[in-house]
Amino acid sequence: MSAGQNLRTIENALSRAVPVEVPGLRKYGPYVSPFAYLERQISAPAKGGFPLRLREPRHDKVTDDIKKAVERSGLENGMTISFHHHLRNGDAVIPKILQALAEMGFRDLALAPSSLPDSHDMVADCMRSGLVSRLFSSGARGEVGRAISAGELDVPVILRSHGGRVRAIEQGDIQIDVAFLAAPACDRYGNMTGSAGRSACGSLGYAQVDARHARHVIAVTDNLEDYPLHPRISIPQYLVDQVLVVDSIGDPSKIATGAARISRNPVDLRIARNAFDLIAASGLLTNGCSFQVGAGGASLAVAACVKDYMAEKKIRGSFGLGGMSGYMIEMLEQGYFEAMLDVQSFDRSVTDSMTRNASHIEIDASCYANPFNRGCVAHNLDIVVLAALDIDLDFNIDVQTGHDGVLRGAIGGHPDTAAGAKLAVVAAPSFRGGVPTIKESVTTVCTPGETVDAFVTERGICINPKREDLLECARNARLPVKDIRALRTEVEKLTGVPDAPEFDRNRIVALVEYRDGTLLDSVYRVK
Amino acid sequence: MLFKKAQAGTLESSDCMVVVSPAETCILEYSGQNETIFKRRTERIVREIAERYAPGASVQIQDRGALEVTLRARIETAFERASKEDLKEDPAGEPK
Repeated sequence: MSAGQNLRTIENALSRAVPVEVPGLRKYGPYVSPFAYLERQISAPAKGGFPLRLREPRHDKVTDDIKKAVERSGLENGMTISFHHHLRNGDAVIPKILQALAEMGFRDLALAPSSLPDSHDMVADCMRSGLVSRLFSSGARGEVGRAISAGELDVPVILRSHGGRVRAIEQGDIQIDVAFLAAPACDRYGNMTGSAGRSACGSLGYAQVDARHARHVIAVTDNLEDYPLHPRISIPQYLVDQVLVVDSIGDPSKIATGAARISRNPVDLRIARNAFDLIAASGLLTNGCSFQVGAGGASLAVAACVKDYMAEKKIRGSFGLGGMSGYMIEMLEQGYFEAMLDVQSFDRSVTDSMTRNASHIEIDASCYANPFNRGCVAHNLDIVVLAALDIDLDFNIDVQTGHDGVLRGAIGGHPDTAAGAKLAVVAAPSFRGGVPTIKESVTTVCTPGETVDAFVTERGICINPKREDLLECARNARLPVKDIRALRTEVEKLTGVPDAPEFDRNRIVALVEYRDGTLLDSVYRVK
Repeated sequence: MLFKKAQAGTLESSDCMVVVSPAETCILEYSGQNETIFKRRTERIVREIAERYAPGASVQIQDRGALEVTLRARIETAFERASKEDLKEDPAGEPK
């Protein structure tokens, strides 16, 4: 019997069955509550620090031979390799390296990227061929998601938030043997940055973590610049073992997609307006406030409302956080915020801003969201506006499984910022493609409902009953507040009631780890 | 009683295309992105409407994410057109 089948499970605090141990991985505790970890005692130092090296002065790090670089890294079957996903759907490094590893006859590798872009269907082939036997990621989409949901990997895939991944690395759950880090600009000693070069992608916040903790670090670049790289260095040379020069690390048109525009969809705009009204009613938009918002759907429209309000009331915020869009940089340049803290840049207009704006600051994923360090920025956040695929009556959020039960999303910083922010607003249409967004119970819990303060749709605002203070603010501001059960009934009158997808409950194909390393939920094979 | 094949609806998103034709028994072909989660709902609605028109009918639905009210209206219209005796072919001015 292969791993993942008939595992002994226990019910966690959200009544989700989760395994107590995963063969080949580790023992697990069930999720208890967002900050239950504060009761724990941890005295062990962080694991996975970079190894010491003894190297002669001026030794040569550069090669253009992928296979030689791999040989020198000491990579063996069964080891763990990592990549970052800053090149988004334009990334060519993951396929290029996996292809070379397949040709070299490697097997049984653990793939531990910071996330997988939409475009990497070839990873599914690597899973089927046996090159990749374990996957640790923030998400799984497209063919990769379908392959996992069909049960093509024996060992359950571990899905983590961005903060949770850093915690896992520093606690030794992920031990990266070789990190292949795409470097849009790099010098011959491995100083690199993402904010220059034809494949520029902006922040290298996720890669910085891998560079610090991997046993062997290979910078992969198509843009070897004169030593020393200047004016910016995101990852310094002392962390980099080799510099691998390739023709291309990606397709610039897909790496730096045009600036995200504010939606014109009237439903999105209504959602944004409702979300903004709630944010304004909360009283948090004052001098020194901090704010995070995504780039899709209604998110940028919320940012636009916030900006107008700040202009009108002459409010200046302290920082914007997160995945950074051009719109946020505009707000920085127009003086609405003191600084932007950027772990990942979303569009072209952001890429060179870090060189231009001293207050556009690159932060690594640990600084962004790691719950087990000495303080992450997500915990300093006032307001975050998040998206969702589905939500349930307990406000639990699913950003990972589609209506058919198949993996198709990514967790990203969702649970990290929801837990850290004073006000976590989830904004989504009340139904999409004829299917209601509010479920009795979500397929996969990615963010626990107790960290979600409100769910905002075009049809009204649902406030988590535990936030009586927020409910009062919203009522006083005469906002369209609705009970989440009432809204669900209202929407189901239009759409009908969908059936839940059918799963093989004896076969766990993926596990959602909460940021503290406990298990939030199990994902099952789709029938 | 159904006399001929008739259709209603479009393949635009949030709509559905319904084709109804005479048959011995009730047959439903339901396809689209929501085919698994809305199979039972759609069967129920088709049976409900079909009962008012004919004991047997072949119904094909391509669902592009239609709301239940839309689905219902399209199915009803298709049945209504299929049950018109006077016209040989369905003349309804649905966009092609």
